[in-house]
Amino acid sequence: MSNSPEINIFAESELNISNKKTEGLFRILYMMMTWLLILPVATILAILVYKGGPMISFEFLFSNPIKGMTAGGIFPALIGTVWLVSVALLFSVPLGVAAAIYLSEYAKDNWFTRMINLAIINLAGVPSIVHALFGVGAFVLFFGFGTSILAASLTLGIMTLPVVIVSSYESLQAVPMAFREACWSMGATRWQTIRRIVLPNSVSGILTGVILEVSRTTGETAPIMFTGAAFFLPYLPESVFDQTMALSLHLFVVSTQVPHVPEGLPYGVALVLIGMVLTMNAASIAFRTYLRGRKKW
Amino acid sequence: MVNTNKPSVKLKVSNLSINYGEASALRDVNLDVYENEIFGIIGPANSGKTSFLKTINRMDIFTPGMKVVGDIIFNGTSLDQWRNVYALRSRIGVVFPLPVGLPLTIYENVALAPRLAGVKNRTELDIIVERCLTRAALWDEVKDRLDSLGSMLSGGQQQRLTIARALSQEPDLLMLDEFSIAVDPVTTMRIEDVLKELKHEMTIILVTNLVQQAYRLADRTAFFLMGDCVEMGNTEDLFSGNVQDERTRDYIEGRFG
Repeated sequence: MSNSPEINIFAESELNISNKKTEGLFRILYMMMTWLLILPVATILAILVYKGGPMISFEFLFSNPIKGMTAGGIFPALIGTVWLVSVALLFSVPLGVAAAIYLSEYAKDNWFTRMINLAIINLAGVPSIVHALFGVGAFVLFFGFGTSILAASLTLGIMTLPVVIVSSYESLQAVPMAFREACWSMGATRWQTIRRIVLPNSVSGILTGVILEVSRTTGETAPIMFTGAAFFLPYLPESVFDQTMALSLHLFVVSTQVPHVPEGLPYGVALVLIGMVLTMNAASIAFRTYLRGRKKW
Repeated sequence: MVNTNKPSVKLKVSNLSINYGEASALRDVNLDVYENEIFGIIGPANSGKTSFLKTINRMDIFTPGMKVVGDIIFNGTSLDQWRNVYALRSRIGVVFPLPVGLPLTIYENVALAPRLAGVKNRTELDIIVERCLTRAALWDEVKDRLDSLGSMLSGGQQQRLTIARALSQEPDLLMLDEFSIAVDPVTTMRIEDVLKELKHEMTIILVTNLVQQAYRLADRTAFFLMGDCVEMGNTEDLFSGNVQDERTRDYIEGRFG
């Protein structure tokens, strides 16, 4: 060995060096892409807080709009949005979760099931304005609900159904098959297995999906425009058959339809809207973290 | 153990074949399992042992594409005549290769089967839980933490928990599918002792890939190979070289497999 030339086996070869360079390049590239993503979000939030922040006050949140919506508050729109979202959830959550349970736990893999899955995917792809027109035809006119919270919420509900179904289905599928088999082999029926083992262990995922859904529903404008949301209605709705104002539509109205609106007003409305959505997203993440901490396997 | 008078048949399997689509998993198996015996099934992987167990408690209906032909008579009634598969399954306890601690507390794991059967009285459940955990040789280790999660126990403890769970069904027939695969040797020995005790109360089918385990426990043993039941006989005979098929001898002596 002593008379052979010294070879340092730890030295970097040409290939090592070039690999290392490429590695570094891609790392920086992907990192910059990710950072770019933050930019629009940060900018939107910054502008909204800067311009709309001074608008936010107790009076702004809890009083009626006055002087042709150029002054006053947004209380009816705020409450209207809560109504719309709640009624939509009452409709879409039971229906969506039931459908997900059927697809995940009962349905056999045949052409009919595949067709249902295809229908769900297509429903998710329908543009919201088409949902709006469907809502007018079906709920406002055919079922005779008129332009009302009920019609608007049903339209929102149908629009959000696919997401509820898909997210619930995914959470149900995340429960290991071995648990079901162990339970079935003890003589449990499918429903006993679902109730005692599958649902208790997927409820966190289902609820997280629902909360995310709420935040999406909050911001929708098109589906409620023709079906139940009012341009200007300074009263609180008393039943689901009333019309109501809604934050998203109110933002559209004060930004484009009404003259002489002070500059800060639309920013204030937008800030409240986005604040609602972000609060619910944060709640959803916190809730998920909490439930994951209690995960049982 | 030698039975002088003719033992009664617990499970009679005739001309049983299992197919998965085109692939054949088990061909023309005929065997009887007697009351209160440990019936061992040995054989290398992919021999149809697990498929065989699945057909006995009618779990085959959950496996798409699994086709079963033949007749299985359990407790004197053909499986086709068991109207209520849920009642059938509740008579048969199953222990899987990897321990499946359900995501419930230790107490609820064992109380699940009685609850499914409609037992609500807490005192009654307490008695069942303690009795089953004791018989599965787990009570002393868990009696102070019955409310902690079953899935957090160690592998060996979880496997004894699943045995306790199977016992809580008060089964006539206990089927164990390679139960020792994820269990340490000491726990394996403890479970084997438990099985020797349980034999006096129920019939046990023991599928194992440990030839010596079948030798230690089984009264009679069947050797499955590539979907055929090559040989079946008294364990003593098979292990003393008294075999009809050379493949059985080769497998038992560890020459292939």
